Amino acid sequence: MEIATAPASKAFGPPVSPRSVAQAMARPSRFGDKAFEWLTFAMALTVAVLVVLIGWELWHGSVLAIKKFGFHFLVTSTWDPVADQFGALPFIYGTLVSSLIALLIAVPLGIATAAYLTELAPLWIRQPLVSLIEMLAAIPSVILGLWGIFVMIPWLRDYPFAWLKRLFGWTPLFGGPIYGPCMLAGGIIIAVMILPIITSVSREILRSVPDLQREAAYGLGATRWEATRIAVLSYAKKGLFGAVILGLGRALGETMAVTMVIGNTPQIVASLFQPGYTLASVLANEFTEATTDIYLQALFEIGLVLFGITILVNLLAQLLLRTIATTSATRAVQ
Amino acid sequence: MHLSRARSHTWRKIKSALASGIAFVSAVLVITPLGLVFFHLVINGASSLNWDFFTKLPAPVGAVGGGMVNAIVGSLELLALAGIIGIPIGVLGGVYLAEYGSARLNSVLRFLADVLNGVPSITWGVVVYGLVVLRFKSFSAYAGGLALGLIMIPLILRTTEEVVLLVPNGYREAALALGVSRWKTIVHIVMKTASKGIITGILLALARIGGETAPLLFTAFGNHFWNHSLSQPIAALPLQIFTYAISPYDDWHRQAWAGALVLVTGIFCVNVIVRILTRGRTASVV
Repeated sequence: MEIATAPASKAFGPPVSPRSVAQAMARPSRFGDKAFEWLTFAMALTVAVLVVLIGWELWHGSVLAIKKFGFHFLVTSTWDPVADQFGALPFIYGTLVSSLIALLIAVPLGIATAAYLTELAPLWIRQPLVSLIEMLAAIPSVILGLWGIFVMIPWLRDYPFAWLKRLFGWTPLFGGPIYGPCMLAGGIIIAVMILPIITSVSREILRSVPDLQREAAYGLGATRWEATRIAVLSYAKKGLFGAVILGLGRALGETMAVTMVIGNTPQIVASLFQPGYTLASVLANEFTEATTDIYLQALFEIGLVLFGITILVNLLAQLLLRTIATTSATRAVQ
Repeated sequence: MHLSRARSHTWRKIKSALASGIAFVSAVLVITPLGLVFFHLVINGASSLNWDFFTKLPAPVGAVGGGMVNAIVGSLELLALAGIIGIPIGVLGGVYLAEYGSARLNSVLRFLADVLNGVPSITWGVVVYGLVVLRFKSFSAYAGGLALGLIMIPLILRTTEEVVLLVPNGYREAALALGVSRWKTIVHIVMKTASKGIITGILLALARIGGETAPLLFTAFGNHFWNHSLSQPIAALPLQIFTYAISPYDDWHRQAWAGALVLVTGIFCVNVIVRILTRGRTASVV
């Protein structure tokens, strides 16, 4: 019965997945088949196990700190391991501000580059440019941090930061002395780290915009830019938002490069020229130095907060990108 | 009337050219850091790279010279340990998603794998610290390898699934029609056809974790000497680069640049191999 229906649907309907054909043909009595299916199933299930494991391990490691500090942990700004005072607010603040700076830089650049790659650039330039962006994505964080310490920061300090101070020194954002390592430098290095992912995901989104959109715009006499803006970018708005959120998720968890350039001082100040600290950097710097149990517990709780924030952001990004993928695919089919 | 329309048309054309120009400048800005990083890596790294770097242990604090041979070997050992954990789980899990399961369960698992790919790598370090280091009361190569291996799982799983789905159905049907059992069909026909793509995914995952530092900080921990047992702390190239980069010594800074040049060269070699492999794949499978 099953065998009879499978080829029929193949002949008339959309392509049948390998699964249904094979299900119809396989003989379930074979031990090898069952064993292999269960083995691969167990392996696939590890992704679910790992999500639970991370959550459980981080909670388990910080349960004492959670009981001791409660909600205050998230809103207290004193971080003094010697006095057993632990508040995560400066790290949460530093993570959010540095990621925000990174997004302000990387989103316009990334989306403009994606639009250039899919709509505006001459054809011969596109593939080499894509390869270069993939290479940028392959540079390890620690190497970007090394370059940040010895090349980027001295240059930033002497030129852009000095200009910014001269122009906007009267605002609280750019007031105070310039040290070099600071919140702004951290944001810039995160921007470099997340540019490849924002660009390549945006490029995929723009590529999935049906050509009919473009043809309609050109048919009405639109220029190249007008077609890009009206028919492509506004059509892909939701997907591009998904790409931005995905970039935010990466920005929040970026560790090595930021740790090397942000200055690592737990404080909440308006000036972007002052050093800051992020959730990920405090883990990188202090984890092996945690001498007391409660110190270690507090660091585990920092890890839990970081995991919580990034998982929420990533869930949102995946949901946004997934609805796009399905709707654009169905539209393309129709 | 006619004149103003012509003028507005010219203006629209100028605007279009201007937008293209801005987009071009953005693209140049995006790849500028790549060029600058490469330039400085070569300038600073090549001058500090010598035979000692590949043959000697790190010099004691204050002494000039020495190398990173233990870190290079340590990184390779960690990659091997990570591969033992990450490759079988990732590949077989990917095969399950492509060949078995219900659509709903698979979309949930796929979703979870994508979410795992977004988990900050330092989180894995914390988790493995809790799981292994605290339990056995020692930093170890095992812990470092486990942390890197766990990062590999969702990466390999997703790439394997994608390439296995590319194998045409006719191959499966032909094998099954000849009476070959299902699992043998998958292993000998489907996975073999997709092997280039699967290997590509594995290599990319290895290149990615080869440069990871954060998950190793408190698992592998680093070591200035040879590692004699996998249950002891072990050196790794990215870790050593980090330690040297934030140190106050000029000679260590030079070593950090040399290490960075070696690491990036390794990663780019893998990427070039992948590019050559994928060029062949599009021809053979699709």
